[in-house]
Amino acid sequence: MAVTPLLLSAYTTSTCLGRGNAATLAALRGNRSGLAPCRFETVDLDTWIGEVVGVDDQSLPDFLSNYECRNNRLARLALETDGFAEQVRAAVARHGPARVGVIVGTSTSGILQTELAYRQRDPVTLALPDDFIYGTTHNPYALAAFIRAYFGLQALAFTIATACSSSAKVFAAASRQLALGTLDAVVVGGVDSLCLTTLYGFASLGLTSAQACHPYDATRDGISIGEGAAFALLERCMDPPAGALLLLGSGESSDAHHMSAPHPDGLGAKLAMQRALDAAGLAPEAIDYINLHGTATPANDSAEGKAVSALFGDRTPASSTKGATGHTLGAAGAVEAVVCALALTQDFLPGSPGTESLDPTIPIRYQLRSARANLHHALSNSFGFGGSNCSLVLGVAP
Amino acid sequence: MNAGTPLRAWIEGIGVIAPGLPNWTATRAVLRGEQKLAPAPSILPAPSILPPAEARRAGRVVKLALSLGLEAAAHGEADIAELATVFASSGADGYNCHALCEQLATEDRRISPTRFHNSVHNAAAGYWTIGARSMAPCQFICAFDASFGAGLLDAMSQVCVEQQRTLLVAYDSEYPPPLHAKRDTCDCAGIALLLNSQRSERSLAELEVAMSADPAHELADKVLEALRRNVPALRALPLLELLAREAAGATCIDYLAPQQLRLVVTPC
Repeated sequence: MAVTPLLLSAYTTSTCLGRGNAATLAALRGNRSGLAPCRFETVDLDTWIGEVVGVDDQSLPDFLSNYECRNNRLARLALETDGFAEQVRAAVARHGPARVGVIVGTSTSGILQTELAYRQRDPVTLALPDDFIYGTTHNPYALAAFIRAYFGLQALAFTIATACSSSAKVFAAASRQLALGTLDAVVVGGVDSLCLTTLYGFASLGLTSAQACHPYDATRDGISIGEGAAFALLERCMDPPAGALLLLGSGESSDAHHMSAPHPDGLGAKLAMQRALDAAGLAPEAIDYINLHGTATPANDSAEGKAVSALFGDRTPASSTKGATGHTLGAAGAVEAVVCALALTQDFLPGSPGTESLDPTIPIRYQLRSARANLHHALSNSFGFGGSNCSLVLGVAP
Repeated sequence: MNAGTPLRAWIEGIGVIAPGLPNWTATRAVLRGEQKLAPAPSILPAPSILPPAEARRAGRVVKLALSLGLEAAAHGEADIAELATVFASSGADGYNCHALCEQLATEDRRISPTRFHNSVHNAAAGYWTIGARSMAPCQFICAFDASFGAGLLDAMSQVCVEQQRTLLVAYDSEYPPPLHAKRDTCDCAGIALLLNSQRSERSLAELEVAMSADPAHELADKVLEALRRNVPALRALPLLELLAREAAGATCIDYLAPQQLRLVVTPC
């Protein structure tokens, strides 16, 4: 069923590539990566990460001090970039605080706060420190609650936490609420920040690379974990002006296969892409660029490549930008939606920093280096643990 | 459509697990006043859709969520492979989280890969899709104390917009010490609702949901009221009370201040 396009009236992203859209655009056009060897906190792992500069220099407003944690600091950093917060406040002025919702994604929220608290347990009672607050830092909802309180909103708010598909699925959930008329505008997005759980956790699964990740390369050997934040303001728009950025459709599916490995033939991935195309009312030929999930694990890229090849053949330019940003986990869906927004509005195909020798067994048209191109429609893939898949189709209004 | 326009669905199945309330049949009898609530720890069956070894190994949260979903799906005679699912919880597996954080606070940070993949908030949802062989959309939503209302709003949106038969599973579990001192959920508990966009021969009741500023309905029974206040998923108990009585009526449940949810139930 084709859905009514929605307007992305504002959007922004901050990752290891830099703060905001201009820094992101310059890095992507210049084929630069923001990845570096891991020096985060006390982490002792032979891996590369994508760290956002200046996160802990942020502080939250006094009335939100209960929300203090790295994840919410990163959220604030991103909200106060590219004039995004001003656009939200303008939407609140237009629609009222009871009509602007918050639907955001994260995988680990502020878990770093709990990890640090466990180092400060009382040696006798084993109690956590008094100043540790679970609900407004570590809990997944802490992110949505922080944003809702930051803008003084009174409408629906929730967090989607389906691992690495989280902040793609927020666009689908927000679309449904806008279609029902329960909201007039939705702050959607995703924020995930570096923590020990994901760094040591992905290492325990043997999924982290000792180098900067190189998606779709024949020698790819794992992910580089990144942190990042991206937001968009989603609104209904009956008559979008030419050049406006639109969400045209989304598609969700489940692998029904394994908790931490994709279906080997990418059946769930293919279903999500097909559903997104159906929702957008577009044939595969209409897509000009695919931002791949492309984590650079052998299994993900092979499975996703099969799914893309089955639907698109080897015609459609496709790349993973995780060699530039790292895998920002629960933020990846929103970060890469903004990458697609930049590609569509700034007329370029993003490349794949770090990837040198393409895997010859994956028959898709992989874009190694950025290039000028006039794009109308882009598709973005996000897949997560638990076999959770989501694809988005974005486009520019003619 | 404005803020006051209700969302509509038909309830085809109900699942309940709570302290002293092992299933919907027992809960219904208590809510109708036919049986007294006998306080007892929640009973978590081994989910029948997991292979026996995995079902035994499954954590309490997985057992809770899958058993809730299976009860509601069986009640509505649904093919579980065909259902979209919305899992809503105020948190994750507290025991798993505790074990990971405890290990990461030591010199040896080599955490277990199984513990890590079970740490994702959609772990129970993932086990559901694998066990149910379901490739349908599967959601995990968290809104802390407002998680039931948030899950209901997303499930209603899937029913009303996508015309998709949707299973809502709202559940919470207790945290072990020292986290328990920071989050005092008393036990595993939750409710599941199977929702359809159309009336069918399996419909139990029509459900309308609208935003409201009214205070939440409280339960007369002190033990039930304590459960409603302590376990976020059990904020739905006033809805279950209406469904148990099989009488038309309206109630209000806690959502996210200042917004509450007004629910209107019409038995079929």
